[in-house]
Amino acid sequence: MPKRIDPDTETVTFTFEGQIIRARPGDTVASALAASGIRHLRDSAVSGEPRGIFCMMGACFDCLVEVNGQPNRQACMTPVSQDLAVSRQRGGVEVKI
Amino acid sequence: MTQLKDVVIIGAGPAGMACAVEAASKGLSTVVLDENPQPGGQIYRAIESATENRLRVLGQDYARGRELASEFRQANGVDYRPGSTVWNIGPDRLVEFSRDGKSSAIRAGHLVVATGAIERPCPLPGWTLPGVTTAGALQILLKTSGITYEGAVLTGSGPLLWLLAAQMVDAGSPPKAIVETVPRERLFRTLPELIAALGAREYLLKGMSMIRKVKRSGVRIHLGAEDIAIEGSGAVSAIRFRSKGTEHRIATDTVALHQGVVPNQQVTRLLGCRHFWDDNQKCFRPELSEDRETSCAHVYVAGDGGGIEGAKSAEMQGRLVGLAIAEKEGRGTGPRITELRLALKREARVRPFLEKLYTPSRQILHPDDATVICRCEEVTAGSVRETVAQGAPGPNQVKSFLRTGMGPCQGRICGLVVTSVISESSGKSPDDVDYYRIRPPLKPLPLAELADYSADMPDSRDPA
Ligand code: FES
Repeated sequence: MPKRIDPDTETVTFTFEGQIIRARPGDTVASALAASGIRHLRDSAVSGEPRGIFCMMGACFDCLVEVNGQPNRQACMTPVSQDLAVSRQRGGVEVKI
Repeated sequence: MTQLKDVVIIGAGPAGMACAVEAASKGLSTVVLDENPQPGGQIYRAIESATENRLRVLGQDYARGRELASEFRQANGVDYRPGSTVWNIGPDRLVEFSRDGKSSAIRAGHLVVATGAIERPCPLPGWTLPGVTTAGALQILLKTSGITYEGAVLTGSGPLLWLLAAQMVDAGSPPKAIVETVPRERLFRTLPELIAALGAREYLLKGMSMIRKVKRSGVRIHLGAEDIAIEGSGAVSAIRFRSKGTEHRIATDTVALHQGVVPNQQVTRLLGCRHFWDDNQKCFRPELSEDRETSCAHVYVAGDGGGIEGAKSAEMQGRLVGLAIAEKEGRGTGPRITELRLALKREARVRPFLEKLYTPSRQILHPDDATVICRCEEVTAGSVRETVAQGAPGPNQVKSFLRTGMGPCQGRICGLVVTSVISESSGKSPDDVDYYRIRPPLKPLPLAELADYSADMPDSRDPA
Protein backbone atom coordinates (compact mmCIF):
# COMPACT_ATOMS: atom_id res chain seq x y z
CA MET A 1 0.00 0.00 0.00
CA PRO A 2 1.45 3.38 -0.97
CA LYS A 3 1.69 6.14 1.60
CA ARG A 4 3.04 9.70 1.45
CA ILE A 5 5.44 10.68 4.20
CA ASP A 6 5.06 14.46 3.79
CA PRO A 7 2.02 16.46 4.91
CA ASP A 8 -0.70 16.95 2.33
CA THR A 9 0.07 19.64 -0.24
CA GLU A 10 -1.74 18.40 -3.32
CA THR A 11 -2.06 21.20 -5.79
CA VAL A 12 -2.06 19.71 -9.29
CA THR A 13 -4.79 17.63 -10.87
CA PHE A 14 -4.81 15.65 -14.08
CA THR A 15 -6.85 12.81 -15.49
CA PHE A 16 -6.01 9.17 -16.05
CA GLU A 17 -8.53 7.28 -18.15
CA GLY A 18 -10.94 10.10 -17.35
CA GLN A 19 -10.48 9.75 -13.57
CA ILE A 20 -9.24 12.82 -11.69
CA ILE A 21 -5.86 12.28 -10.02
CA ARG A 22 -4.44 14.60 -7.40
CA ALA A 23 -0.72 15.14 -7.57
CA ARG A 24 1.98 17.15 -5.85
CA PRO A 25 4.60 19.37 -7.40
CA GLY A 26 7.67 17.27 -8.15
CA ASP A 27 5.58 14.23 -9.03
CA THR A 28 5.88 12.48 -12.34
CA VAL A 29 2.74 11.06 -13.90
CA ALA A 30 3.98 7.65 -12.71
CA SER A 31 4.59 8.67 -9.11
CA ALA A 32 1.23 10.44 -8.84
CA LEU A 33 -0.52 7.35 -10.17
CA ALA A 34 1.50 5.15 -7.82
CA ALA A 35 0.45 7.31 -4.86
CA SER A 36 -3.18 6.96 -5.94
CA GLY A 37 -2.84 3.18 -5.97
CA ILE A 38 -3.09 2.88 -9.75
CA ARG A 39 -0.71 0.18 -10.94
CA HIS A 40 -1.95 -0.83 -14.38
CA LEU A 41 -0.49 1.69 -16.82
CA ARG A 42 -0.45 -0.17 -20.10
CA ASP A 43 -1.26 -3.44 -21.79
CA SER A 44 1.70 -5.34 -23.09
CA ALA A 45 1.98 -5.26 -26.85
CA VAL A 46 2.35 -9.03 -27.17
CA SER A 47 0.01 -10.78 -24.72
CA GLY A 48 -2.11 -7.80 -23.70
CA GLU A 49 -1.28 -8.39 -20.05
CA PRO A 50 -1.30 -5.44 -17.65
CA ARG A 51 1.98 -3.72 -16.89
CA GLY A 52 2.98 -1.00 -14.50
CA ILE A 53 6.02 0.92 -13.35
CA PHE A 54 9.18 -1.13 -12.99
CA CYS A 55 12.37 0.99 -12.96
CA MET A 56 11.08 4.58 -12.46
CA MET A 57 14.19 5.87 -14.23
CA GLY A 58 13.31 5.73 -17.87
CA ALA A 59 15.03 2.44 -18.69
CA CYS A 60 12.36 -0.26 -18.91
CA PHE A 61 9.56 1.46 -20.87
CA ASP A 62 6.95 -0.50 -18.96
CA CYS A 63 5.24 2.72 -17.90
CA LEU A 64 4.30 3.86 -21.42
CA VAL A 65 1.12 5.91 -21.55
CA GLU A 66 -0.59 8.36 -23.87
CA VAL A 67 -0.25 11.96 -22.77
CA ASN A 68 -2.59 14.49 -24.39
CA GLY A 69 -3.07 12.10 -27.28
CA GLN A 70 0.62 11.47 -27.83
CA PRO A 71 1.51 7.77 -27.47
CA ASN A 72 4.72 6.21 -26.12
CA ARG A 73 5.38 8.67 -23.32
CA GLN A 74 7.25 7.34 -20.32
CA ALA A 75 5.03 8.14 -17.34
CA CYS A 76 8.05 8.03 -15.02
CA MET A 77 9.83 10.72 -17.05
CA THR A 78 6.82 12.99 -17.53
CA PRO A 79 6.42 15.69 -14.88
CA VAL A 80 2.81 16.27 -13.88
CA SER A 81 1.15 19.46 -14.93
CA GLN A 82 -2.34 20.79 -14.49
CA ASP A 83 -4.99 19.17 -16.70
CA LEU A 84 -2.82 16.62 -18.50
CA ALA A 85 -5.00 13.95 -20.06
CA VAL A 86 -3.30 10.61 -19.58
CA SER A 87 -4.51 7.24 -20.73
CA ARG A 88 -3.26 3.68 -20.93
CA GLN A 89 -1.01 2.72 -23.79
CA ARG A 90 -2.50 -0.14 -25.73
CA GLY A 91 -0.79 -1.98 -28.54
CA GLY A 92 2.61 -1.70 -30.11
CA VAL A 93 5.33 0.87 -30.00
CA GLU A 94 7.22 2.25 -32.96
CA VAL A 95 10.81 3.19 -32.19
CA LYS A 96 12.59 2.99 -35.52
CA ILE A 97 13.54 5.93 -37.68
CA MET B 1 23.24 26.26 -36.58
CA THR B 2 25.06 23.50 -34.77
CA GLN B 3 27.01 24.73 -31.80
CA LEU B 4 30.49 23.53 -31.00
CA LYS B 5 31.39 23.11 -27.33
CA ASP B 6 34.65 22.05 -25.70
CA VAL B 7 32.96 19.54 -23.42
CA VAL B 8 29.52 17.97 -23.61
CA ILE B 9 28.53 15.87 -20.61
CA ILE B 10 25.59 13.49 -20.74
CA GLY B 11 24.13 13.04 -17.28
CA ALA B 12 23.95 15.29 -14.22
CA GLY B 13 24.54 12.73 -11.50
CA PRO B 14 27.59 12.99 -9.22
CA ALA B 15 30.02 12.23 -12.06
CA GLY B 16 28.45 14.64 -14.55
CA MET B 17 28.10 17.49 -12.06
CA ALA B 18 31.67 17.15 -10.77
CA CYS B 19 33.09 16.92 -14.29
CA ALA B 20 31.24 20.06 -15.34
CA VAL B 21 32.49 22.00 -12.33
CA GLU B 22 36.12 21.13 -13.07
CA ALA B 23 35.98 21.61 -16.84
CA ALA B 24 34.25 24.97 -16.56
CA SER B 25 36.66 26.14 -13.86
CA LYS B 26 39.44 25.71 -16.41
CA GLY B 27 37.62 27.92 -18.87
CA LEU B 28 36.31 25.19 -21.16
CA SER B 29 32.87 25.75 -22.67
CA THR B 30 30.80 23.07 -20.99
CA VAL B 31 27.29 21.78 -21.64
CA VAL B 32 25.45 19.29 -19.45
CA LEU B 33 22.51 17.44 -20.96
CA ASP B 34 20.33 15.55 -18.52
CA GLU B 35 16.96 13.90 -18.78
CA ASN B 36 15.70 14.87 -15.34
CA PRO B 37 14.32 18.26 -14.30
CA GLN B 38 16.90 18.63 -11.48
CA PRO B 39 20.55 17.70 -11.10
CA GLY B 40 21.46 14.68 -8.97
CA GLY B 41 21.15 11.61 -11.17
CA GLN B 42 19.43 8.64 -9.56
CA ILE B 43 21.56 8.58 -6.43
CA TYR B 44 20.79 12.22 -5.53
CA ARG B 45 17.48 12.32 -7.36
CA ALA B 46 15.32 15.34 -6.47
CA ILE B 47 18.04 16.47 -4.06
CA GLU B 48 17.17 20.16 -4.43
CA SER B 49 13.51 19.75 -3.59
CA ALA B 50 13.81 17.13 -0.85
CA THR B 51 11.81 18.05 2.24
CA GLU B 52 13.36 17.84 5.72
CA ASN B 53 11.33 14.74 6.24
CA ARG B 54 12.74 13.06 3.16
CA LEU B 55 16.30 14.05 4.01
CA ARG B 56 15.89 12.46 7.42
CA VAL B 57 14.50 9.23 5.96
CA LEU B 58 16.96 9.00 3.08
CA GLY B 59 19.95 9.62 5.33
CA GLN B 60 23.34 11.33 5.35
CA ASP B 61 24.74 9.77 2.21
CA TYR B 62 21.85 11.18 0.24
CA ALA B 63 21.83 14.58 1.93
CA ARG B 64 25.49 15.16 1.10
CA GLY B 65 24.46 15.40 -2.53
CA ARG B 66 23.19 18.90 -1.74
CA GLU B 67 26.74 20.24 -1.51
CA LEU B 68 27.72 18.96 -4.92
CA ALA B 69 24.45 20.14 -6.47
CA SER B 70 24.99 23.66 -5.16
CA GLU B 71 28.64 23.66 -6.27
CA PHE B 72 27.32 22.67 -9.70
CA ARG B 73 24.64 25.35 -9.74
CA GLN B 74 27.12 28.02 -8.74
CA ALA B 75 29.84 27.01 -11.19
CA ASN B 76 30.51 29.74 -13.73
CA GLY B 77 30.30 28.79 -17.37
CA VAL B 78 28.29 25.57 -17.11
CA ASP B 79 25.46 25.49 -19.62
CA TYR B 80 23.08 23.07 -17.90
CA ARG B 81 20.11 21.87 -19.90
CA PRO B 82 17.77 19.76 -17.80
CA GLY B 83 14.98 17.85 -19.49
CA SER B 84 17.20 16.91 -22.43
CA THR B 85 17.02 13.40 -23.86
CA VAL B 86 19.98 12.42 -26.02
CA TRP B 87 18.69 10.20 -28.81
CA ASN B 88 21.69 9.87 -31.07
CA ILE B 89 25.38 10.62 -31.34
CA GLY B 90 26.51 11.00 -34.90
CA PRO B 91 30.01 11.02 -36.41
CA ASP B 92 32.53 13.36 -34.78
CA ARG B 93 30.53 13.51 -31.59
CA LEU B 94 27.49 15.29 -32.92
CA VAL B 95 25.13 14.94 -29.97
CA GLU B 96 21.48 14.98 -31.01
CA PHE B 97 18.91 15.52 -28.30
CA SER B 98 15.33 16.41 -27.64
CA ARG B 99 14.24 19.15 -25.26
CA ASP B 100 10.78 20.60 -24.79
CA GLY B 101 9.53 18.66 -27.79
CA LYS B 102 12.22 20.04 -30.09
CA SER B 103 15.36 18.33 -31.33
CA SER B 104 18.72 20.00 -31.84
CA ALA B 105 22.40 19.10 -31.92
CA ILE B 106 25.68 20.13 -30.34
CA ARG B 107 29.09 19.06 -31.53
CA ALA B 108 31.36 18.02 -28.66
CA GLY B 109 35.10 18.61 -28.67
CA HIS B 110 35.18 16.07 -25.85
CA LEU B 111 32.23 13.93 -24.93
CA VAL B 112 31.77 12.69 -21.37
CA VAL B 113 29.33 9.85 -20.86
CA ALA B 114 28.07 10.12 -17.30
CA THR B 115 24.92 8.08 -17.69
CA GLY B 116 25.53 5.93 -14.63
CA ALA B 117 24.03 2.60 -13.83
CA ILE B 118 20.75 0.79 -14.20
CA GLU B 119 19.46 -2.02 -12.05
CA ARG B 120 20.55 -5.47 -13.03
CA PRO B 121 17.63 -7.28 -14.59
CA CYS B 122 16.10 -9.84 -12.20
CA PRO B 123 14.10 -12.27 -14.35
CA LEU B 124 11.91 -14.39 -12.09
CA PRO B 125 8.57 -16.07 -12.65
CA GLY B 126 5.92 -13.35 -12.31
CA TRP B 127 8.30 -10.37 -12.44
CA THR B 128 6.22 -8.61 -15.10
CA LEU B 129 3.16 -8.28 -12.82
CA PRO B 130 2.15 -4.76 -11.80
CA GLY B 131 3.27 -4.22 -8.21
CA VAL B 132 6.69 -5.74 -8.90
CA THR B 133 9.40 -3.11 -9.32
CA THR B 134 13.10 -2.73 -8.84
CA ALA B 135 14.27 -1.67 -5.39
CA GLY B 136 15.65 1.44 -7.06
CA ALA B 137 12.14 2.33 -8.24
CA LEU B 138 10.85 2.39 -4.67
CA GLN B 139 13.78 4.55 -3.67
CA ILE B 140 13.09 6.97 -6.52
CA LEU B 141 9.44 7.23 -5.41
CA LEU B 142 10.68 8.09 -1.94
CA LYS B 143 13.14 10.67 -3.27
CA THR B 144 10.93 12.45 -5.79
CA SER B 145 7.55 12.15 -4.15
CA GLY B 146 7.96 11.02 -0.55
CA ILE B 147 6.06 7.82 -1.33
CA THR B 148 6.70 4.68 0.66
CA TYR B 149 4.88 1.34 0.73
CA GLU B 150 3.39 -0.58 3.58
CA GLY B 151 3.68 -4.35 3.58
CA ALA B 152 6.29 -4.59 0.84
CA VAL B 153 8.60 -7.57 0.39
CA LEU B 154 12.16 -6.85 -0.74
CA THR B 155 14.02 -9.68 -2.40
CA GLY B 156 17.48 -10.31 -3.83
CA SER B 157 20.82 -9.12 -2.55
CA GLY B 158 23.11 -6.14 -2.31
CA PRO B 159 23.71 -3.08 -0.16
CA LEU B 160 20.83 -1.17 -1.77
CA LEU B 161 18.34 -3.79 -0.60
CA TRP B 162 19.31 -3.17 3.03
CA LEU B 163 19.58 0.57 2.55
CA LEU B 164 16.05 0.71 1.14
CA ALA B 165 14.79 -1.46 4.00
CA ALA B 166 16.42 0.85 6.55
CA GLN B 167 14.91 3.90 4.84
CA MET B 168 11.48 2.29 4.85
CA VAL B 169 11.89 1.61 8.57
CA ASP B 170 12.67 5.29 9.11
CA ALA B 171 9.72 6.25 6.93
CA GLY B 172 7.45 4.37 9.33
CA SER B 173 6.65 1.56 6.90
CA PRO B 174 9.08 -1.30 7.55
CA PRO B 175 8.98 -3.97 4.86
CA LYS B 176 6.88 -7.01 5.62
CA ALA B 177 9.86 -9.23 4.86
CA ILE B 178 13.31 -9.35 3.33
CA VAL B 179 14.01 -12.38 1.22
CA GLU B 180 17.75 -12.44 0.67
CA THR B 181 19.31 -14.72 -1.91
CA VAL B 182 22.92 -14.83 -0.68
CA PRO B 183 23.87 -18.49 -0.09
CA ARG B 184 24.69 -19.07 3.57
CA GLU B 185 28.20 -20.38 3.04
CA ARG B 186 29.25 -17.41 0.94
CA LEU B 187 30.26 -15.11 3.77
CA PHE B 188 33.04 -17.55 4.76
CA ARG B 189 34.25 -17.73 1.19
CA THR B 190 34.65 -13.98 1.09
CA LEU B 191 36.95 -13.80 4.12
CA PRO B 192 40.05 -12.77 2.13
CA GLU B 193 38.12 -9.98 0.41
CA LEU B 194 36.60 -8.99 3.73
CA ILE B 195 40.05 -8.57 5.23
CA ALA B 196 41.15 -6.48 2.27
CA ALA B 197 38.03 -4.35 2.71
CA LEU B 198 38.98 -3.47 6.28
CA GLY B 199 40.91 -0.58 4.77
CA ALA B 200 37.52 0.94 3.96
CA ARG B 201 35.87 -0.11 7.16
CA GLU B 202 33.49 2.84 7.33
CA TYR B 203 31.48 1.11 4.59
CA LEU B 204 31.39 -2.15 6.49
CA LEU B 205 30.31 -0.44 9.69
CA LYS B 206 27.62 1.50 7.88
CA GLY B 207 26.36 -1.69 6.28
CA MET B 208 26.26 -3.49 9.60
CA SER B 209 24.38 -0.71 11.31
CA MET B 210 21.83 -0.65 8.49
CA ILE B 211 21.24 -4.38 8.82
CA ARG B 212 20.99 -4.05 12.60
CA LYS B 213 18.40 -1.30 12.30
CA VAL B 214 16.24 -3.43 10.01
CA LYS B 215 16.54 -6.50 12.23
CA ARG B 216 15.73 -4.54 15.36
CA SER B 217 12.57 -3.15 13.83
CA GLY B 218 11.19 -6.67 13.67
CA VAL B 219 11.22 -7.19 9.90
CA ARG B 220 11.03 -10.88 8.96
CA ILE B 221 14.28 -11.88 7.34
CA HIS B 222 14.71 -15.00 5.24
CA LEU B 223 18.27 -15.81 4.22
CA GLY B 224 19.62 -18.05 1.49
CA ALA B 225 16.34 -17.94 -0.45
CA GLU B 226 16.03 -19.94 -3.68
CA ASP B 227 13.41 -20.68 -6.33
CA ILE B 228 11.68 -17.37 -5.94
CA ALA B 229 8.39 -16.91 -7.79
CA ILE B 230 5.91 -14.09 -7.75
CA GLU B 231 2.23 -14.91 -7.92
CA GLY B 232 -0.81 -12.96 -8.90
CA SER B 233 -3.31 -12.40 -11.64
CA GLY B 234 -3.45 -8.87 -12.95
CA ALA B 235 -1.12 -7.74 -10.14
CA VAL B 236 1.17 -9.31 -7.55
CA SER B 237 -0.54 -11.05 -4.63
CA ALA B 238 2.25 -13.15 -3.10
CA ILE B 239 5.87 -14.22 -3.25
CA ARG B 240 6.93 -17.85 -2.91
CA PHE B 241 10.44 -19.19 -2.18
CA ARG B 242 12.45 -21.83 -0.38
CA SER B 243 14.75 -20.99 2.50
CA LYS B 244 16.65 -23.45 4.72
CA GLY B 245 14.74 -26.32 3.15
CA THR B 246 11.28 -24.89 3.92
CA GLU B 247 8.78 -23.53 1.40
CA HIS B 248 7.40 -20.09 2.19
CA ARG B 249 4.61 -18.00 0.77
CA ILE B 250 4.10 -14.42 1.85
CA ALA B 251 1.02 -12.46 0.76
CA THR B 252 1.89 -8.95 -0.44
CA ASP B 253 0.86 -6.41 -3.07
CA THR B 254 4.35 -4.92 -3.45
CA VAL B 255 7.56 -6.74 -4.33
CA ALA B 256 10.87 -4.96 -4.95
CA LEU B 257 13.69 -6.81 -6.72
CA HIS B 258 17.38 -6.11 -6.48
CA GLN B 259 20.59 -7.85 -7.53
CA GLY B 260 22.94 -4.91 -7.71
CA VAL B 261 23.39 -2.35 -10.45
CA VAL B 262 25.27 -2.50 -13.75
CA PRO B 263 26.68 0.10 -16.15
CA ASN B 264 24.16 1.65 -18.51
CA GLN B 265 25.85 0.77 -21.80
CA GLN B 266 23.48 2.39 -24.27
CA VAL B 267 25.64 5.38 -25.19
CA THR B 268 29.04 3.67 -25.18
CA ARG B 269 27.60 0.83 -27.28
CA LEU B 270 25.96 3.24 -29.70
CA LEU B 271 29.34 4.92 -30.15
CA GLY B 272 31.00 1.58 -30.80
CA CYS B 273 33.41 1.81 -27.85
CA ARG B 274 35.17 -1.45 -26.98
CA HIS B 275 33.72 -3.26 -23.96
CA PHE B 276 34.88 -6.23 -21.92
CA TRP B 277 33.13 -8.67 -19.62
CA ASP B 278 33.95 -8.18 -15.95
CA ASP B 279 33.33 -11.54 -14.35
CA ASN B 280 33.43 -10.16 -10.81
CA GLN B 281 30.76 -7.57 -11.53
CA LYS B 282 29.02 -9.91 -14.01
CA CYS B 283 28.52 -7.19 -16.57
CA PHE B 284 30.15 -5.48 -19.53
CA ARG B 285 32.27 -2.39 -18.99
CA PRO B 286 33.79 -0.04 -21.53
CA GLU B 287 37.58 -0.28 -21.84
CA LEU B 288 39.03 2.86 -20.27
CA SER B 289 42.45 4.49 -20.12
CA GLU B 290 43.89 5.91 -16.92
CA ASP B 291 42.13 9.17 -17.77
CA ARG B 292 38.93 7.21 -18.39
CA GLU B 293 39.00 7.75 -22.13
CA THR B 294 37.25 4.99 -24.11
CA SER B 295 38.57 3.26 -27.22
CA CYS B 296 36.88 6.09 -29.16
CA ALA B 297 39.13 9.15 -29.04
CA HIS B 298 37.75 12.14 -27.10
CA VAL B 299 34.99 10.06 -25.54
CA TYR B 300 35.23 9.54 -21.77
CA VAL B 301 33.19 7.74 -19.17
CA ALA B 302 32.83 9.14 -15.66
CA GLY B 303 30.89 7.34 -12.95
CA ASP B 304 29.24 3.95 -12.73
CA GLY B 305 28.74 3.73 -16.50
CA GLY B 306 32.39 2.64 -16.54
CA GLY B 307 31.95 -0.06 -13.88
CA ILE B 308 30.23 -0.02 -10.51
CA GLU B 309 32.19 1.88 -7.86
CA GLY B 310 29.59 3.97 -6.06
CA ALA B 311 28.63 7.63 -5.72
CA LYS B 312 31.79 8.93 -4.04
CA SER B 313 33.99 7.39 -6.73
CA ALA B 314 31.67 8.69 -9.41
CA GLU B 315 32.19 12.22 -8.18
CA MET B 316 35.96 11.81 -8.08
CA GLN B 317 35.99 10.25 -11.53
CA GLY B 318 33.99 13.20 -12.81
CA ARG B 319 36.58 15.61 -11.44
CA LEU B 320 39.39 13.50 -12.83
CA VAL B 321 37.91 13.48 -16.33
CA GLY B 322 37.18 17.21 -16.24
CA LEU B 323 40.79 17.92 -15.28
CA ALA B 324 42.24 15.39 -17.73
CA ILE B 325 40.39 17.10 -20.58
CA ALA B 326 41.61 20.51 -19.38
CA GLU B 327 45.15 19.14 -19.33
CA LYS B 328 44.77 17.98 -22.93
CA GLU B 329 43.53 21.40 -23.86
CA GLY B 330 46.70 22.86 -22.43
CA ARG B 331 45.34 24.19 -19.14
CA GLY B 332 47.44 23.55 -16.07
CA THR B 333 45.82 21.38 -13.42
CA GLY B 334 48.54 20.96 -10.77
CA PRO B 335 48.79 17.82 -8.65
CA ARG B 336 45.06 17.16 -8.36
CA ILE B 337 44.87 14.45 -10.99
CA THR B 338 47.42 12.36 -9.09
CA GLU B 339 45.60 12.95 -5.80
CA LEU B 340 42.29 11.89 -7.30
CA ARG B 341 43.81 8.71 -8.70
CA LEU B 342 45.11 7.77 -5.26
CA ALA B 343 41.82 8.56 -3.56
CA LEU B 344 39.96 6.46 -6.12
CA LYS B 345 42.21 3.48 -5.36
CA ARG B 346 41.48 3.83 -1.64
CA GLU B 347 37.77 4.14 -2.30
CA ALA B 348 37.81 0.94 -4.39
CA ARG B 349 39.07 -1.29 -1.58
CA VAL B 350 35.62 -2.37 -0.45
CA ARG B 351 34.44 -3.37 -3.95
CA PRO B 352 35.93 -6.89 -4.29
CA PHE B 353 34.25 -7.91 -1.04
CA LEU B 354 30.86 -6.51 -2.09
CA GLU B 355 31.16 -8.00 -5.57
CA LYS B 356 31.90 -11.47 -4.26
CA LEU B 357 29.41 -11.45 -1.39
CA TYR B 358 26.61 -10.05 -3.52
CA THR B 359 27.31 -11.79 -6.79
CA PRO B 360 23.88 -12.19 -8.44
CA SER B 361 21.90 -15.32 -7.72
CA ARG B 362 22.08 -18.24 -10.12
CA GLN B 363 18.33 -18.04 -10.66
CA ILE B 364 18.53 -14.65 -12.31
CA LEU B 365 21.79 -15.22 -14.20
CA HIS B 366 20.45 -18.47 -15.65
CA PRO B 367 16.67 -18.30 -15.50
CA ASP B 368 14.38 -21.29 -15.98
CA ASP B 369 13.17 -22.03 -19.49
CA ALA B 370 9.69 -20.72 -18.72
CA THR B 371 10.83 -17.38 -17.32
CA VAL B 372 10.32 -14.29 -19.47
CA ILE B 373 13.65 -12.51 -19.92
CA CYS B 374 12.70 -9.88 -22.51
CA ARG B 375 9.87 -7.95 -20.89
CA CYS B 376 8.99 -5.91 -23.97
CA GLU B 377 8.54 -8.79 -26.40
CA GLU B 378 7.80 -11.42 -23.74
CA VAL B 379 10.48 -13.87 -24.81
CA THR B 380 11.40 -16.70 -22.44
CA ALA B 381 14.86 -17.99 -21.58
CA GLY B 382 13.78 -21.33 -23.10
CA SER B 383 13.13 -19.85 -26.52
CA VAL B 384 16.51 -18.12 -26.47
CA ARG B 385 18.15 -21.48 -25.65
CA GLU B 386 16.25 -23.17 -28.48
CA THR B 387 17.32 -20.51 -30.93
CA VAL B 388 20.94 -20.96 -29.88
CA ALA B 389 20.58 -24.73 -30.29
CA GLN B 390 19.35 -24.08 -33.82
CA GLY B 391 22.54 -22.21 -34.56
CA ALA B 392 22.07 -18.54 -33.65
CA PRO B 393 25.59 -17.52 -32.55
CA GLY B 394 24.93 -14.26 -30.68
CA PRO B 395 22.50 -11.67 -29.35
CA ASN B 396 21.95 -9.98 -32.71
CA GLN B 397 20.89 -13.19 -34.43
CA VAL B 398 18.68 -14.14 -31.49
CA LYS B 399 17.22 -10.64 -31.78
CA SER B 400 16.29 -11.07 -35.41
CA PHE B 401 14.66 -14.46 -34.74
CA LEU B 402 12.85 -13.66 -31.50
CA ARG B 403 12.66 -9.84 -31.39
CA THR B 404 14.48 -9.82 -28.02
CA GLY B 405 15.85 -6.33 -27.50
CA MET B 406 13.71 -4.94 -30.31
CA GLY B 407 11.03 -3.49 -28.08
CA PRO B 408 11.05 0.04 -26.75
CA CYS B 409 13.67 -0.62 -24.02
CA GLN B 410 16.09 -1.71 -26.74
CA GLY B 411 17.66 -4.38 -24.61
CA ARG B 412 18.37 -2.25 -21.56
CA ILE B 413 16.55 -4.81 -19.43
CA CYS B 414 17.20 -8.12 -21.20
CA GLY B 415 20.64 -7.49 -22.72
CA LEU B 416 22.88 -8.93 -20.01
CA VAL B 417 20.59 -11.90 -19.40
CA VAL B 418 20.49 -12.73 -23.11
CA THR B 419 24.28 -12.66 -23.22
CA SER B 420 24.64 -14.93 -20.21
CA VAL B 421 21.99 -17.38 -21.43
CA ILE B 422 23.70 -17.62 -24.85
CA SER B 423 27.08 -17.94 -23.20
CA GLU B 424 25.84 -20.77 -20.99
CA SER B 425 24.14 -22.70 -23.78
CA SER B 426 26.86 -22.25 -26.38
CA GLY B 427 29.84 -22.67 -24.06
CA LYS B 428 31.34 -19.44 -25.39
CA SER B 429 32.65 -16.69 -23.11
CA PRO B 430 30.49 -13.59 -22.66
CA ASP B 431 33.19 -11.61 -24.48
CA ASP B 432 32.82 -13.90 -27.51
CA VAL B 433 29.03 -13.83 -27.32
CA ASP B 434 29.10 -10.02 -26.99
CA TYR B 435 26.08 -7.71 -26.73
CA TYR B 436 23.33 -6.21 -28.85
CA ARG B 437 24.32 -3.65 -31.44
CA ILE B 438 22.71 -0.43 -30.26
CA ARG B 439 21.21 1.82 -32.89
CA PRO B 440 19.54 5.21 -32.80
CA PRO B 441 17.23 6.54 -31.65
CA LEU B 442 18.19 5.72 -28.05
CA LYS B 443 14.66 6.66 -27.09
CA PRO B 444 11.54 6.79 -29.25
CA LEU B 445 10.97 10.18 -30.74
CA PRO B 446 7.64 11.53 -31.98
CA LEU B 447 7.71 11.46 -35.77
CA ALA B 448 6.58 15.07 -36.03
CA GLU B 449 9.58 16.15 -33.96
CA LEU B 450 11.93 14.22 -36.17
CA ALA B 451 10.38 15.74 -39.28
CA ASP B 452 11.08 19.23 -37.94
CA TYR B 453 14.67 18.40 -37.20
CA SER B 454 17.52 18.49 -39.63
CA ALA B 455 21.06 17.88 -38.46
CA ASP B 456 23.02 18.64 -41.60
CA MET B 457 23.62 22.28 -40.91
CA PRO B 458 27.09 23.76 -41.03
CA ASP B 459 28.99 23.97 -37.75
CA SER B 460 29.61 27.28 -36.21
CA ARG B 461 31.62 28.48 -33.28
CA ASP B 462 29.29 29.21 -30.47
CA PRO B 463 29.06 33.00 -30.36
CA ALA B 464 28.80 32.97 -26.55
S1 FES C 1 9.07 2.73 -15.11
FE1 FES C 1 10.74 2.06 -16.33
S2 FES C 1 10.70 3.51 -17.93
FE2 FES C 1 9.21 4.26 -16.62
